Amino acid sequence: MTDPTRGILVSAWVIARKDLAIEFRTRSAFLSAIVFTLLSIVVFFFAWDPTAVGPLDLAPGVLWVTFTFSGMLGLHRAFAVEARDGAMDALLLAPVPRESIFLGKLLANLAFVLGVQTVALPAVSLFYNLPLGAAALPIAGVLVLASIGLVSVGTLFAGMTANTRMTELLLPVLALPFFIPVVIPAAQSTADLLAGRPLADVFVWLRILLAFDLVFLFACTVAFPFTLED
Amino acid sequence: MTPAPTGSAPAPTAPTARTGIDWVAVVAALVTVAAFVRAIWFTPPDLLQGYAQKIMYVHVPTIWVAFLALGLSALAGAFWLFLKDPRLDRFAESSAEVGVVFTTGVLITGPIWAKPIWGAWWVWDARLTLTLVLWFLFLGYLVLRGAIDDRELRARYSAVVGLLGALLIPFVHLSVYIFRTQHPMPVVANPEGIQMPAVMQVTFFFSLFAFTLMYVAFVRARMALATDRDALEDASTAER
Repeated sequence: MTDPTRGILVSAWVIARKDLAIEFRTRSAFLSAIVFTLLSIVVFFFAWDPTAVGPLDLAPGVLWVTFTFSGMLGLHRAFAVEARDGAMDALLLAPVPRESIFLGKLLANLAFVLGVQTVALPAVSLFYNLPLGAAALPIAGVLVLASIGLVSVGTLFAGMTANTRMTELLLPVLALPFFIPVVIPAAQSTADLLAGRPLADVFVWLRILLAFDLVFLFACTVAFPFTLED
Repeated sequence: MTPAPTGSAPAPTAPTARTGIDWVAVVAALVTVAAFVRAIWFTPPDLLQGYAQKIMYVHVPTIWVAFLALGLSALAGAFWLFLKDPRLDRFAESSAEVGVVFTTGVLITGPIWAKPIWGAWWVWDARLTLTLVLWFLFLGYLVLRGAIDDRELRARYSAVVGLLGALLIPFVHLSVYIFRTQHPMPVVANPEGIQMPAVMQVTFFFSLFAFTLMYVAFVRARMALATDRDALEDASTAER
């Protein structure tokens, strides 16, 4: 690893720790995201006739719709904590590369989203009466892969929309089209894995997810400095 | 508002005010009407699809213009990031708006054809989904533009969204393509040559030309509006 890359990652880690420390001390966003997730899982159950649609057909969709929207809650938080007292200006004045700010925010968001998912996945398994069994680990892998993609795009857009008039509405309007090629492979592979199909069946989808992660992680990191005022 | 200082002659109109007829728009409208007349009365209907096939003379040129408009918009945004020329941003804005109008046209003309031929207004086919996502993407782009007052910031954000959108398209295509497609395969851009009789080809390319001309006329008009708006903003800021 070259020295500048190392520097970027070290300062990213510091920023991520700062964000997580704030979140850990207040816990406000995390707890509301968990409650929101559990509520949506419950509400979705009543949106279908359980005697007509099997839980196995329902669960992957519910899981991914819920994750997408609860992730959005976490993304707002990332730059909202910098809004007060000119914190964002202070962060920009800090002698760190701007890529580090982005990657730090991204890491904190990723921890947030994965934290919500560790509660949501067992909850879906419980409420929809779907034992995860051997599929638990591969599904966790799908969750991680999909989250990296969602959070990369989401963090960039959250930073941008934080400066606009309609932050809450604009973030989903901008980000959801980008979530489509993540949610399709993620939901499809979750469905396949829950149905007990072998891992080889979902490789096509995992490859799309991995490619999306690599392309957008890189592109968003490069694009972030362009979204800041000089 | 303070009264204008006496002595300096007040400008009678906005600095960019245009007078007279927009001849590009007139020609584009005439050519488009001519293309429609030829498509409706002077081109035979398709052997299998009957009259429903004629919508292709509208549908395909529309999607061509939509892709052209959105692609050029993203490209102009990318150039803006390095050149910072406000004209590039005005072009990106205008082209994106025209592109959204044409994409809406595609999403309207498609179902009109699909109902008699496929039996359903809408199916979640790869190309339909891609077009729909593209439409949402640029609607979001326009909403974003509307939510930012600062011209420089607006241009910057738009450029980034446009570029990421260009990266997104192959992924949407790939992920929905695995769902399998039922859209007709390309008739014109087909590796085995154009799969269409000559009389239909003439109508098709005539229509393609007409729609491209319409694109140019629309973008010109929309850019003139953007230029006037910016000039008006500058003037009212200077007055204050």
